[in-house]
Formats: sequence, C-alpha cells, structure tokens
Amino acid sequence: MKGSQVRLEGLSKRFGKVEVLRPLDLEVQPGELVAFLGPSGCGKTTTLLLIAGIYQPSSGGIFFDGKQVNSLHPKDRDIGMVFQSYALYPHLNLFENIAFPLRLKRIAQAEVRRRVDQVAEFLGIAQVLFRRPGQVSGGQQQRAALARALVKEPSLLLLDEPLSNLDARIRLSARSEIRRLQQDLGITSVLVTHDQSEALAMADRVAVFSTGQVQQFATPEELYHRPSNTFVAGFVGDPPMNLLQGTFTEGKFDWDGLTIPVPPGHPGGSGYLGVRPEDIRLGGEIPTRLGIAEPLGREVLLSLDLGEGKTLKVLTPAGTRLAPGASLGLELRGAPLHFFDAEGRRVGS
Amino acid sequence: MRRWSVAALFLLPGSLLIVLFFLLPVVLTLVLSATNLSTTTFSHPSWVGWGNYQELLQARFTPLILKNTLKYVILTLFFNVGMGLLLALITAFLPVRLGDAFRALWLLPRITASVVYVLIWQGLAAVAPYGLLSDLTGNSQNWIQQSPWAVVVLANGVIGASFGMLLFTSAIRAIPSDLLHAAAVDGATTWQSIYRVVLPLLRWPILFVSAYQTLSLLTSFEYILLLTNGGPGFYSTEVWSLSAYHQAFSNYFGNAQFGLGSAMAAVLVVIGVVVSLIYLRVFNFKELLGEPKVEVN
Repeated sequence: MKGSQVRLEGLSKRFGKVEVLRPLDLEVQPGELVAFLGPSGCGKTTTLLLIAGIYQPSSGGIFFDGKQVNSLHPKDRDIGMVFQSYALYPHLNLFENIAFPLRLKRIAQAEVRRRVDQVAEFLGIAQVLFRRPGQVSGGQQQRAALARALVKEPSLLLLDEPLSNLDARIRLSARSEIRRLQQDLGITSVLVTHDQSEALAMADRVAVFSTGQVQQFATPEELYHRPSNTFVAGFVGDPPMNLLQGTFTEGKFDWDGLTIPVPPGHPGGSGYLGVRPEDIRLGGEIPTRLGIAEPLGREVLLSLDLGEGKTLKVLTPAGTRLAPGASLGLELRGAPLHFFDAEGRRVGS
Repeated sequence: MRRWSVAALFLLPGSLLIVLFFLLPVVLTLVLSATNLSTTTFSHPSWVGWGNYQELLQARFTPLILKNTLKYVILTLFFNVGMGLLLALITAFLPVRLGDAFRALWLLPRITASVVYVLIWQGLAAVAPYGLLSDLTGNSQNWIQQSPWAVVVLANGVIGASFGMLLFTSAIRAIPSDLLHAAAVDGATTWQSIYRVVLPLLRWPILFVSAYQTLSLLTSFEYILLLTNGGPGFYSTEVWSLSAYHQAFSNYFGNAQFGLGSAMAAVLVVIGVVVSLIYLRVFNFKELLGEPKVEVN
C-alpha cells in the first residue's frame, strides 16, 4: 500500500494578531505514524488542519512527496481524516457515510458496495451499516468514521483525537487496533492527541507541542529518557517527572536547603534537577514524611514531604503498607538524573 | 389541586389573548357570514344562511380570483423560500461582520411602514424621468401597470425572503463545522458540500418556512392593495383575501357587504386549515419534530 512523505517547512499560522503556530519544520516518513502531543491550545490541531488544507498557512510550505500542496483544496490532497466528533453525516446511514467519498468520485454502485462492505467487515461494523449514526454506539461511530477515512485508500491518514470520546476500556483496544491497521496498510499517519500514554503507545515518533511550538520531535523512548526541556519532562510520563528548582554547585545540587549529591555534567548555577518517580528508591538517608499513598494496582504512588513545602512523587511496588505521616528515607544515588539549565533546556546527556 | 391551579394561572394570560383576539373573531366572522349585513341593511340585517356562500359559488370572478390567489401564493412562496435560502447560504459563507451587515440591510424593508415601502416601489417603477427602472433601462413605462405580477411578487418577496433568511442562517450556523471539513476532506467541492450536507440538514427549517409562509401569504394582501389594488383592469391581481376586504370595506358601488366579506374570510380559514393538514401529512411533521434537527456528538 502507498504512503506519502510529508514535509513541513517553516509552517506557521496566525489568526488575526494571534500567532497560534510558530514556524515549524517537521518530516513524516512514508508509512510512519507520527503523534502530535500537547495540551489544548498548543497548535497541534491547527497543524493537522493545515496539513488537511482546511486552514491556509500564514507562511511556510507543506510538501507531500516533495510536491508543494499549499494551495491544493482538501479534496485534491488524497487524505483521509477522522475527527474528534467523528463528523458523521447525521442524515445518512453508516453505509452512505462510508460511501460518501466514493459517491463524490462517481464510482459505480457495484464497486461502492464492494468497497464499503469490505472496509465495514474489516472494522467489524457490517451488522449496523444501515443504521443512522445516532442509532449506534460511540465505538461504532468511531469505526464508521475510520472506515470513511480509509475507504478511498488515501495516502495520508489524519487522526484528530480519534479516541478521546470513547470509554476508557474501548479506548485501549481501539488504540492497538488502529495501530495494527495502520501498520498493515503501511499508510502514513498523523495522530493528534493530548493523552501522552496514547502518543507513546501508538506512534513511531512523537512531536511534543507547547505554546504553538514543537518542543521535541523524537521516538517515545527518546522522549521519555532524554526529554529536551522541562516542559517535555513534565508532560511525558505518568506520573510526571519530579522537577526540582535549585542551584547547582560543584558536585552538589542545592534544593531549597536540601543538598543532593550529583554526578558531573550539570549546568552550574541555577537550574532544574529532574528525576522520575520510578527511579527513586526508598531506604536511603534523605529524611521524608509520607503525605499520601495512592495505590495504583501494580504500584503505589507516594507523595513525600521533605519539609518547607518541598514534595517528591515516588513509585514503589505494591505491597508495602505505609501509614500517612510515616518517616521514610530516600536514596537518589544511582538514579538517572536529568539536568536542565535556568531556561529549562536539557544539559548533558 | 394546587398543582392545577398554578398551571391554570400560567395558562390564563395566553388563553385569554387567544380567545379574545382569535376564537372570538372567528366565531363573529362565521356568524356574520350567515347574514346579509351591509351598508344598506345596516339597521335591519337578516339571516341568509348559506346564501353568501352560494353567491360566491356563482360569482363570475370567483374562478379568476382563486387562480390569482394560487398564482400569487405559489410564485411568492418559491421566491421567498428560494431567495431566503440563497441569502442565508451566501451570507453564512461571508465573513461574519459582512454577513451580519448584509442581513441587517435585508431586514430594512420589513421594519419599514408598508405605505412607505410601496411608495419606494412606485418610485422605482414610475415612467421616466421619475422612475429609476425606466431611467436605467431606457424603456420608459409604468412597470406596475405593465408587469403587475412581477412587481407584486418581488415587492412581497423582498420582504418575505428575510424571514427564511434568518431561520436558515441560524440553522446553517448550527451545523458543526467539522461536518463541512469532513465533506471537504472526503472530496466535496463547496457546491457539493452545500447540496449533499447543508441542504439535507436544512430540511426541517425549509419545511417549516414553506408551511408558515404559505399560510401567511394566503391571508396577506396589504402590498397588493397598495401597489395595484387588484388591478390593473378588472381583477387582474385580485386575490381572495383582498377581495374579501374589498367586499367588506371598500365596495366599488359604495355598498360595503360585511356579510359577503365574512363569508369569503371564512372560506379562507377553511382553505388554510386544509393546507395545514396537507403540510402536516405530506411532511410528516410528527417524525420531524421527534428527531433532533442536527446531531452534535
């Protein structure tokens, strides 16, 4: 199957005086699934709508397989799109919804039938094809929207928060289903999501957006283990990384009166020390008090109080029964530490 | 007990208005239509039973007036709904401020006094050098006299279209923009989006506006009265409601026949009820009201 390569060059968008997307360079390889991850209002959906051709860029270029498509109407871009609201046509049944792109291409009825039946069978909605969108479940609507996007065999699939309106339980299975489908078809895809676990689980590479700018564009592993700034460090990972603001001096990090020994490679001067909750071990010499313990099933999330308003989140294996207020010692030696300078940029490897 | 008294209290003002200004006049009209009350019989009216209705059946101009009414209602209805739809679609796709300004402009005739509005039309349609149309086309004629139907339909339509325009505009705005984006991505041109997505979703407002306008056009005659007064010539633009008015209040021979006019009004009520029933039946209003007009997921 085909999948086109997408390249964005200095792409930006402003609405009136508001700059919603600052100049952006990014490339999606053929067959790759790239996630745009970020909080609401960060520019990720704007970027997707620019790629779709629904918005016109204020500057910069969009290239499909090296060809500039800036002024191309959405209908001529050979894309399929799934909307957060699914955007199924309420006056048409699922069959006609899915057939809609084919009808516009004036494809013969027999062929329309064959292709709609095939994609509906594939997505498991063959039983409900002749119901209206309002008469089927959210999961079925979502599949119908996906079927409509796929039926014309586009070379680029755009997914705008396709899972956010689903129940938590269906969301997990839909997530792996979409990923499997995308890999089977080898179709280049862009997924917009605010859910970091969704982005990490589904994407080959993730672009983390904030305030109209890409903060980091990397594989899920890279994002997790080498976040390029404090925003990415705090946004990716659940529970998020502990980010301590303080001062680096020779071999030490001073966190509001608490001194933590650190290996070389830190920025020096004021900055941030980052450490993931699962990398901290109990049983060391840093004294803390237990605030609250949240059992998460496999693990327990502890909020530890270090005095003077300083808190740390720590993940420990389930089974340890701890009373609130209990004294606990912490061990940071050997834990992977992340250093960020005063502006929040990563320092060192 | 208390529950019912509260409900009755809330219903009272509305019910009172309906009884006073709707039911009572209808009953009075029906009563009057069975008498020969007129200027000459004002002091000694007598019951004539179905007499007025029989007279209407046999009157020479009844078929012509009915035909005029049909022509007027159908032509104006198509113009109103079509133009309203066109204006709504155009203004909905304009920048918001421009669209609003344009719609406000189209509402001006509606809030202009009928007489002033007709004076403007007369100014437009007069012979050169007074009439704008004559000046512009270089064809000096009184347009109202030459093409009375066109002027009657247009004068009514320019006002009537604004009703549909407002309703259709809000209905178009209620369509989630995602649907139009989806249509564009699915391969639809703007025209195909309008035809395949917007218009089907406007089904309910279109039916409502058509039904409502049919009924209001059946009974409206003020602009015809002011523009042509049913002329030029003999009854050439005389419609049923205007004729009822003429019989009852402005008879050519100076004899205002209240009884006969009431009979004509009563016939109009019957026609209105029949048309409403047809609309309800054909468009299956019950089902339309039952389902949501536009689904927002």
